[in-house]
Amino acid sequence: MSDYHLVPNFDSKDAAKEPIRKGFGRGLLEAGKLNENVVAACADLTDSTQMSLFKNEFPDRFIEIGVAEQNLVTVGSGLAAMGKIPFVSSYAAFSPGRNWEQIRTTICLNDQPVKIVGSHAGVSVGPDGATHQMLEDIALMRVLPNMVVMAPGDSVEAEKATRALAKDSRPAYLRLAREATPIITTDKTPFEIGKAYVYAPGKDVTIIATGAMTYQALVAAHKLYVQGIDAEVVHCPTIKPLDNVTILNSVKKTGKVITVEEGQINGGLGGAVAELLSEEHPALLKRIGMRDRFGESGSPDELLEHFGLTAKHIMLAAHSLVD
Amino acid sequence: MSKTYSISELEFKANEIRKSIITMLEEAGSGHSAGPLGLADIFAALYFDILKHDPKKPDWDERDILLLSNGHTVPVRYAAMAHAGYFDKKELMTLRKFGSRLQGHPERTKLPGLENTSGPLGSGLSQAAGMALAMRMNKDLHRWVYVVMGDGELNEGNIWEAAMLAGKYKLNNVIGIIDRNNIQIDGPTESVMPLEDLAAKWESFGWHVLEIDGNNIEAFIDACALARAIVEKPVMIIARTVPGKGVGFMEYDFHWHGAPPDHEQAKQALHDLRTLQGRIRSEHQ
Repeated sequence: MSDYHLVPNFDSKDAAKEPIRKGFGRGLLEAGKLNENVVAACADLTDSTQMSLFKNEFPDRFIEIGVAEQNLVTVGSGLAAMGKIPFVSSYAAFSPGRNWEQIRTTICLNDQPVKIVGSHAGVSVGPDGATHQMLEDIALMRVLPNMVVMAPGDSVEAEKATRALAKDSRPAYLRLAREATPIITTDKTPFEIGKAYVYAPGKDVTIIATGAMTYQALVAAHKLYVQGIDAEVVHCPTIKPLDNVTILNSVKKTGKVITVEEGQINGGLGGAVAELLSEEHPALLKRIGMRDRFGESGSPDELLEHFGLTAKHIMLAAHSLVD
Repeated sequence: MSKTYSISELEFKANEIRKSIITMLEEAGSGHSAGPLGLADIFAALYFDILKHDPKKPDWDERDILLLSNGHTVPVRYAAMAHAGYFDKKELMTLRKFGSRLQGHPERTKLPGLENTSGPLGSGLSQAAGMALAMRMNKDLHRWVYVVMGDGELNEGNIWEAAMLAGKYKLNNVIGIIDRNNIQIDGPTESVMPLEDLAAKWESFGWHVLEIDGNNIEAFIDACALARAIVEKPVMIIARTVPGKGVGFMEYDFHWHGAPPDHEQAKQALHDLRTLQGRIRSEHQ
């Protein structure tokens, strides 16, 4: 673990938390300072998505689109066609929720490096309810040729991911969450698009997690160790392209796999890992995530507990595989 | 382009483009006839008079941009590009065939000189707005973004999102061209989904509207010149065209929206085009 310079005691009660989207806001501002071709557009959610940092610094490079998500991404396509590096943001439920065909045709098939930023993904959006809890975004974006799909694990990583995307020539989807999320990585933690990282080495079972679920996976692994299960935690911030090598190396060692995500397992990270394993290295697999159903209103903690998305549920899955 | 053409030379080019469209579509065995024929005058004017472009340097960074939003009419663009020297006219016969750069609907990454990938309707105006905004950020004041749209595609909500945005930002470097031929797949536009009062709609979104005969090359060239001179608003040219223009049995008939001519029909169509529908004697008579 020391190789990755993770936050010591990140799971203690007074550990620092911050919404993942805050890291995006800082990363975009930073990317904007480094490259004047970085531009931004938003669909009437500039503060919520944290694009306001960029807007305030570079008002002439920011476009307020209004509540029009189809226009958001197609304007992005036009900006990219002229050499800009556009970041376009809204809530994930609306973008890429509403504008999939425009993303497919004018960004992916048209090969324009637009960065689609979907904030407030997952059930942890909480009280807003099922309409606003985007769970299908990973599946929707992962199926598109040319598209990079990322779900950073904390705000520090989101900042790095944003800066990395600004230098990447591909279309990309960046998934962000609303709620304050424990900070598990530091500035020194390595990050590269397309790489998964073994944050906790183990030999009994591989836990592959993305987004804020990596925190839950690390907490689970820590407790499992005390209970006699040596779990390996693979943090997978890039869901596409999937880091097949890191995942397969781990599974070849453990032979048992749990995937963890805050979204539909169908077509999500769970789907991606299932596809990889069935072709390359069949292994026992349990997928933790939303199981073909919608969310509902509640507090984030209530909902994560209700839908089985906590460290406790990961531990139960590990026991069922290993015991 | 360095050479300037007279109106009658441009009309001749438009007719040559129409002949290519018929031959291409017959060879392809599928595709859209009415829209491309109706747009031939506009595309002849764009490629041989209006656009700043260089067929030998399709990515010239001072070129004007021409976006095709209603991608199904792309045979007219392919034909105009071939006649303008972007590629050999023989390649037109590969339209819609396996391995061709001339895909059934245009793909930017396949053929240099295309500016966008389109087919699913309603996205071109947004892309034009994005490009125009980028040009404004770059202080690139001597380039224009032309975007050709169909009238049926104005049913798409995406168009009106873009219309609002261009009005808001007063994107005077965008020149929209609506191919107002009054047909779409299911029938006349006014029975499928009425668009009128179309000019009033655009005006209310903050656009300056020009209405012209879209089969009159001189009128179109003049309208584009006026559009470039209007600095306070984006301009929409509502170009009234005859669908299937130049081929008697195709004109005004919505059934030709999405159909190609067979061999006999193509022969008749080429005869119509050679004789200007019987007004002059064909060289083959």
